[in-house]
Amino acid sequence: MNSIDKNPVAAAPSTVVVREAAAPRPRWQVLLIRPETVTLILLVVATIVASRLSPFFADLGFILESSTYYIEFAIVALVLTLVIISGEIDLSPAAQMALSACLFGTAFKAGLPIPVAMGVSLLAGLVMGAFNGFLVTVLRLPSIIVTIGTLILYRGLAQVLAGDKSIGGLPSWFVGIDYRMVGIVPVPVLVFVAASIALGLFLGITIYGRQIYQIGTSEIAAIHAGIRVRRIKMGLFIASGITSSIAGLMVASRLGSVRYDLASGAELTMVLIVMLGGTYIFGGRGSILGTFLAAWLLVIIATGMTVANIAINAQLTVMGLLLIVSIIMTNAIYARSQR
Amino acid sequence: MLRRNLMLAAAFGAVLFAGAAQAADPVSIVYIPKNTGNPYFDSIIKGFEDGCKKLGCEFTTVAPASAEATSQIPFVTAQIQRGVNVVAISPNSPDALNQVFDRARAKGTLILSVNSDMPGNEAHRDAAILPVDFTKTGPSQVELLGKQIGYEGEIAILSATTDAPDQNVWIAAMKDTLEKDPKYAKMKLVTIAYGDDDPQKSTTETEALLANFPNLKGIISPTTVGVAAAAQVVETAKKADQVKVVGLGTPNQMRRFIENGTVEAFQLWSPYNQGLLAAHFAVGVKDGSIKNEAGTVFEVEGLGKVTVDKDSVIKTQADLTTFDKANIADFNF
Repeated sequence: MNSIDKNPVAAAPSTVVVREAAAPRPRWQVLLIRPETVTLILLVVATIVASRLSPFFADLGFILESSTYYIEFAIVALVLTLVIISGEIDLSPAAQMALSACLFGTAFKAGLPIPVAMGVSLLAGLVMGAFNGFLVTVLRLPSIIVTIGTLILYRGLAQVLAGDKSIGGLPSWFVGIDYRMVGIVPVPVLVFVAASIALGLFLGITIYGRQIYQIGTSEIAAIHAGIRVRRIKMGLFIASGITSSIAGLMVASRLGSVRYDLASGAELTMVLIVMLGGTYIFGGRGSILGTFLAAWLLVIIATGMTVANIAINAQLTVMGLLLIVSIIMTNAIYARSQR
Repeated sequence: MLRRNLMLAAAFGAVLFAGAAQAADPVSIVYIPKNTGNPYFDSIIKGFEDGCKKLGCEFTTVAPASAEATSQIPFVTAQIQRGVNVVAISPNSPDALNQVFDRARAKGTLILSVNSDMPGNEAHRDAAILPVDFTKTGPSQVELLGKQIGYEGEIAILSATTDAPDQNVWIAAMKDTLEKDPKYAKMKLVTIAYGDDDPQKSTTETEALLANFPNLKGIISPTTVGVAAAAQVVETAKKADQVKVVGLGTPNQMRRFIENGTVEAFQLWSPYNQGLLAAHFAVGVKDGSIKNEAGTVFEVEGLGKVTVDKDSVIKTQADLTTFDKANIADFNF
């Protein structure tokens, strides 16, 4: 109405009709102008640049081997994607990895067989996730504060438990999951791919998946629509805890030992992967495909620059810039599609 | 563009050929310190560079941003991929690197642990280059202080934490020396204080020492944080003439106290020499002139004869380096 008052000449009925019934965007735009596309383009560019930077880079076996150093975090980032889409965040997975791995090591040192010790670790993941979930869904505290708190708490407990020493001496069948190959693909990479497919399907085609998007878009609307918001959020935090403990066990196997500072600082890597994949930090939008591509983007960039002997400060700068670029692109694309 | 893509695809499929025997090429060495921006490790790097300049090896250095236990692993993998012959590393963990070291060694890469060893995991590296013969640390610190106070009077020790293993070994050796060597019979150890390697706590502990023991003649602080804090306290209290401070410190931290006379002398080792020795050893092992086994003796210009000990441990210097007014200007770390 405002525009009509200001400019009566332009208020011809035909113009108004056209504006209100805006033609749907062409199908190719809907399919291609998405944050995941940006991630894919960055991935292709990064691969080309990395191959030009160093003649040693373009070797699939080497890239896959190097990917095992980041893939544990990428696996957790998949679940974190769901958490962020639902409008929450979990910053404690890296600390959960450390604590569950230290519990595993302590249980093993206490004489328990490895499978039992692994059970202890998974149970710990469940409890830690449920504790986060309890604080967020029952006490209704903001998840960013809750998980910063538990991030410190879980890491602290790990340090109390393991002290300043590493716990090693794990049996050789348990050690070296990253050197177990199917063809040329290390087992952790397979786990990551399988988890991506499973979670992608879960998020994309199940009712629960759609409900997670709904919760992130508008929690109040979701509650009125009869979606069990608290139950789903609790489930997501527990899933995050259990996944973290699996990732922690994978690190323990890769290193052959556990320490309280295992995966320290990795929460930022996980958030970086989710953000690079175009998931919207305020919830409601994002995809597993994006996170999957972003994990490989991170692997390519980190590996490419390391093998080219590029100084670490330059590497951190590139990562920071990429994150900023990806957030700007994500926001711009979502703003465009909301018009 | 198409050509590049094809090349890329071809390269992706290609098998790893880097690192294949290159007998004629110079030995390539990479050194991975604990993290970036530490002048102590810059000094080791300088030693490597000078050694390689003389021996004709190729030297590079890369480092992670943090000294966290696993941060060096991707760097080791990348260096294997680059086909370097020798990875010299100051490990951030005594065991987290075991797997990647095994992998590197299976491909023929020589792994040298520089500046510290990997206790209990010696089988995962080829040799360790250590700064000094640590059994001499205790006695030589006692001698350094004894000389300054005329081998007489009350002395105290300012250590790091109560359970720091190296500190406790050195303190035990100091006690042993004071008890058994008649030369030090008139020196009396009155107390051991613990500053937790925290500048604030070390300062408070030193102030307490001066207050509680008015006849104190000297303080030994075998930790870089402690010795600097003790020197600062003695300087502020204007007691440099009554209480002598010795210890293990770095020249950059202690330079001011040496130049203004608060501290006569302190000791440490030379990280530069470690780099120099590691370069010589690496090239020697790779060209076959040095056998990596206990009992081997080889000569390094500027360091004299060096022996490979049990478990392939090599001590760069037999004795600690003493820093005083005469030589401190030559060191920057």
